[in-house]
Amino acid sequence: MQISGAQMVIEALIAEGVDTVFGYPGGAIMNVYDEIYKQDGFQHILTRHEQAAVHAAEGYSKASGKVGVAMITSGPGFTNAVTGLADAYMDSIPLVVISGQVPMSLIGTDAFQEIDAVGISRPCTKHNYLVTDAADLARVLKEAFYIAASGRPGPVHVDIPKDVTAQIAEFDYSKPVEIETYKPNVVGNPRQIKKAIEAIANSKRPLFYLGGGIINSNAAYEVRELVKKTGIPAVETFMARGTLAHDDELLISMLGMHGSYAANMAMSETDMVIALGARFDDRVTGKLSEFAKNAGVIHVDIDPASISKLVNADFPIVGDVKNVVAQMLEKCGEINPDNYESWRETINNFDELHPLTFHEDTDRIKPQWVVKRVGELLGDSANISTDVGQHQMWAAQFYPFSRPRQWISSGGLGTMGFGFPAAIGVKAAAPEKISINITGDGSILMNIQELMTAVEKKLPVINIILNNNYLGMVRQWQTLFYDKRHSETDLSVQPDFVKVSEAFGGIGYRVTTKEEFDIALKESVAKNVVSIIDVVVERLENVMPMVPAGGSLFNMMLLEKKEK
Amino acid sequence: MTENSERRVVSVIVVNEASVLSRITDLFSGRGYNITSLTVAPIPDSKYSRLTIVTSGSVRVIEQITKQLHKLIPVLKVYEHADLVEKEMALVKFPITENISDINAICEAYNGKIVNVGNDVIITMVADEPKRIDHYLEAIKRYNPKEIVRSGAVALER
Repeated sequence: MQISGAQMVIEALIAEGVDTVFGYPGGAIMNVYDEIYKQDGFQHILTRHEQAAVHAAEGYSKASGKVGVAMITSGPGFTNAVTGLADAYMDSIPLVVISGQVPMSLIGTDAFQEIDAVGISRPCTKHNYLVTDAADLARVLKEAFYIAASGRPGPVHVDIPKDVTAQIAEFDYSKPVEIETYKPNVVGNPRQIKKAIEAIANSKRPLFYLGGGIINSNAAYEVRELVKKTGIPAVETFMARGTLAHDDELLISMLGMHGSYAANMAMSETDMVIALGARFDDRVTGKLSEFAKNAGVIHVDIDPASISKLVNADFPIVGDVKNVVAQMLEKCGEINPDNYESWRETINNFDELHPLTFHEDTDRIKPQWVVKRVGELLGDSANISTDVGQHQMWAAQFYPFSRPRQWISSGGLGTMGFGFPAAIGVKAAAPEKISINITGDGSILMNIQELMTAVEKKLPVINIILNNNYLGMVRQWQTLFYDKRHSETDLSVQPDFVKVSEAFGGIGYRVTTKEEFDIALKESVAKNVVSIIDVVVERLENVMPMVPAGGSLFNMMLLEKKEK
Repeated sequence: MTENSERRVVSVIVVNEASVLSRITDLFSGRGYNITSLTVAPIPDSKYSRLTIVTSGSVRVIEQITKQLHKLIPVLKVYEHADLVEKEMALVKFPITENISDINAICEAYNGKIVNVGNDVIITMVADEPKRIDHYLEAIKRYNPKEIVRSGAVALER
């Protein structure tokens, strides 16, 4: 079939089963947008900023498990998208991001809206391509989707010069992908798995350390079974929330900097860490030399480079965690759950000593209450996206997650402005669920223009601002570690968020009481239009407990005890 | 580098395509690894090139380097062997007024010779193990070398 490069892009996206593309047109990508106009194979969602287009594609991917697709133009269109690429790279989110480039004859001449896009995206993508001949497009796009979704997932960037999208060439999308240099190992070594099972059976205080790789590989239900069968308690990383249901008796909680006391103490006391799709991030481990000091380490990961990168693995198992857990399930009969009775009791005692909680001791609403209340009212019916900061940690700590892909948050890069566009993508992927963005008064302003996208495309995201008139997380660190010098974190000057939402065609509520909050949330759900619920919360609330940066997990700053 | 930094030679077979060298060097700079020397040339009658990278780091760092290199899509193989034949070339320019027979004798001791004689300068070439090249460059210091160029190491596993 002889067609133009631009038509090839459309044909490839349809062949890949793409139903939604997020993007923003511009000069160098116009040929492709002309073909988008003519087709009806997928919907295009026009965001109001290229960064938002990529975050929306991330949210779409995280909620659906499919590859997210974003399209942008050259130069500033591309540079605006870089934050999204970096975010997806850090959190292993499969994306294909297609950018226009100036015509080949102008590359290198500092042409209008020219930038070395593949040079910039190289360190923040899994792979990238500059397509110099339309005859390569079918292969490149097919490889891009394959690379994005296989192995350790990640974003792939395809940069296409304008003359290549105009060029007519042969297009055949039926050829299978053959990349001689890329063959991810997906099945775990059976001998290693056998040894790992033996090591678990011989341990007294084993602990599952569940990571985001479980969500990526759709292995949560297998993991639930493994945890149940073995009776081994589990901690989740921030990225793994929703792997186990919140009411699973073996789920301790999240671990790490703002993990629960019991989760961090369990990690400090365990004698066998069973890491599944987790990468020993510094926000999880605290001081490395003190991390799980007396434990052996079983590390299952699709990415060999993640194994023994930070913590030496005694039993490294390279493979897709879904396969490996299935292999472990076959062998786990020799693990006796009764052996861990006293270990589970020890952990329960930790939890009773310092439970994950907060004090309702002020007139103002506590931010944690808001998260809990959303959970009580919406529970499983909502997908929860967040921005970055205190609200994000409270959401991770207190929301009652019940399923994988319910939790969408920027973990690795920590991108403020992620939440709202991501929640738009989540709503596009899962329209039957309520899409909530729990955000802060700092973060929401970093992509507030997406109110327009949500209104236009009727994607009724509910933004809940935990408004403390502070850049709260930085303020917390300034309070704790900078002698209360609150440098440039006081956000007392703010827009009227209700009016902002209304100006775009959405609805808004300013909430100061619990009763008002309930009404605002119920109305937002019922009205089915984008909403901002601006909740006035206690200004100086800190996220607790906390492991100070570089500290040991067992050395936590704890919530002060209150006499009842 | 901390914890017993060691000099290591890493050979990388890559698909010979645009920007593949940038992928490799970006990886080293982005992750804070050292490159002491780097040579690259196409492998005859194939679509691949071979890079020889001399680097240094602890055992953990070297392991990470090889794993991270492996993760790059166009990388076919990564060799990190201790048992290898390693050679490097050095070209040196001397004033013609220096003692040429002495220089020639030293060059011969390091598998080399005079390769060019001009009106004002001579150029010598030696090819030997990188450590011996160090010695050679030490030995010829007294003959006032005007310019020195080293090729970087190439290596093959035994």
